[in-house]
Amino acid sequence: MSGTLGANLRVVAALGLRSVKQTFRRPQLMAPIIVFPTLLLAIQTGGAGSAIHLPGFPPVDSFFQFMLAGAMMQSLMLAGNSGGIALAVDIEMGFTDRLFASPISRFTIVLGRLAGTAALGALSAVWFLVIGLTFGSPIEEGIAGALVAIALVTLSAIAIGGIGAAVALRTGSASVVQGMFPFVFVVLFLSSAFFPQNLMLEPAKTIADYNPLSFIVDGIRDSIVFGFSSSVMLDAVLAVVGIASFGLLMSAAALRRRVRTDRR
Amino acid sequence: MPAIEVEALERVFDGGVRAVQGVDLEVADGEIYGFLGPNGAGKTTMVRMLTTLLLPTAGSARVAGHDVVREASRVRRSIGVALQEAALDPLMTGRELIRLQATLHGISRAEGKRRGDELLDKVGMIPAADRRVGTYSSGMQRRLDLASALVHEPRVLFLDEPTTGLDPVSRKTIWEEVAELNREGTTVFLTTQYLEEADQLANRVGIIDDGKLVAEDTPQSLKAEVGSPHLELSLAEEVAERANGVVSRFGKLLPAKDGKVLVELVGGATEVAPVVRALDDSGIAVESLELVQPSLDDVFVAKTGYHLEAEEEDTGEQETEPT
Repeated sequence: MSGTLGANLRVVAALGLRSVKQTFRRPQLMAPIIVFPTLLLAIQTGGAGSAIHLPGFPPVDSFFQFMLAGAMMQSLMLAGNSGGIALAVDIEMGFTDRLFASPISRFTIVLGRLAGTAALGALSAVWFLVIGLTFGSPIEEGIAGALVAIALVTLSAIAIGGIGAAVALRTGSASVVQGMFPFVFVVLFLSSAFFPQNLMLEPAKTIADYNPLSFIVDGIRDSIVFGFSSSVMLDAVLAVVGIASFGLLMSAAALRRRVRTDRR
Repeated sequence: MPAIEVEALERVFDGGVRAVQGVDLEVADGEIYGFLGPNGAGKTTMVRMLTTLLLPTAGSARVAGHDVVREASRVRRSIGVALQEAALDPLMTGRELIRLQATLHGISRAEGKRRGDELLDKVGMIPAADRRVGTYSSGMQRRLDLASALVHEPRVLFLDEPTTGLDPVSRKTIWEEVAELNREGTTVFLTTQYLEEADQLANRVGIIDDGKLVAEDTPQSLKAEVGSPHLELSLAEEVAERANGVVSRFGKLLPAKDGKVLVELVGGATEVAPVVRALDDSGIAVESLELVQPSLDDVFVAKTGYHLEAEEEDTGEQETEPT
């Protein structure tokens, strides 16, 4: 049993490594994870910096400081989406057949992809923490805060990646997964990622109040800007677990369906 | 124990398309079995079921002694698979791919490295091993695919149209490698739409048409079963119909091929001169003629009513399953 587990873990690690290398070797997969969120961070910070003077805006030193968690959220969501696109490309070019014809648990194919997405999520968290430190946004909770932020971003990347993988497995089409791109932004803008929800107008405010991404962003933001709050952190973890459960269940169902009905 | 046993295997797709219909076959250990058929005949569907990539809708199949549905994992441990479109990641290097394949089969890192390098050497890929697969030619990709299918030393190797789209030199290289693998004891199930490939490589050939196995035997027996040689006549187009009437007096007319009139001659070469004289007497000029001994194409015609080679030209080289 432990031998099987060990073999499956080796496969997950190997597929995760392949996934990371694939992202670095294909610029169009890397750009959404690092380049776009960094540019958006720079543009939003420059253009809407005075928003922090609005009555009711959370107590931050700068809009840049507020936006860091949002940039991480954007990055991890796009990492999850890119992971889904890469999996769909694998299906389209038949690479998944190579994996399906191997004596491995078929779910390790999804887990391998998610391992790569997790690594990219961690990388993006570190990138934005370094950007924050470089441009004058200290981490409120120090090393512990940084580690919690990295952990939340990494786990969230896995959670979102699960949904991307489910769509990829269900449709087998990279174009369809790519079509989720605008949806990612809509969901992000309807959360507290780029603007405090208490200052939003209805119905955006109510949507943001219940948007699980708001809970995750608030958790990341607490660990690097405001300091730990157990209730915020609990909400963030529950949101991650909820999305991850949904994504993984959807992926498992899509995987079963693909194996049962594959028509190629 | 046979390497492959198939009983009444079927696959019906949504919409009622019956891609494989009640196929029975058996492949002995150490045999090269050629599965011959035109595009869309059901070859790939058959391979996908035997390699556990697709569930049958009826019937049963055992590969290396294991049921493809109930013991899929055991089947996967025993087989190597090189699918029609070499399923390679263009961003990986050849060495990375073969080592990943070793990991997928639970081979240790050190052993995977050793076997991977050995196989890359065997297929002549060492100089290109650290280049990305996307930079390889089609022939190199097929050779890498073949090598990676062998990394766990499978008992049965499935090759789905391994040479489709390759130039003649690359095709010959693959044939030599397959023949050598077979000499080393690997059972090979090979699908092909190339008659010459089946004739050269296979110990036995199964002909599939419209999802049904219409013939199965050694290439020699199949050709002997068809029997007589036939005469291929090139004539001016406008006289073909009249020529049919003349030559049909000497033997059975076969379906025309590339505009040529084909007639079976039981008497072989001795009947060529009378045919030519009869055509001449009818005022029909013969541009060229050839007496052709029975080939697998003749077997194919006899069993299906049409030429496989003509089918290839008509439909292109990529097999497409019904969708």
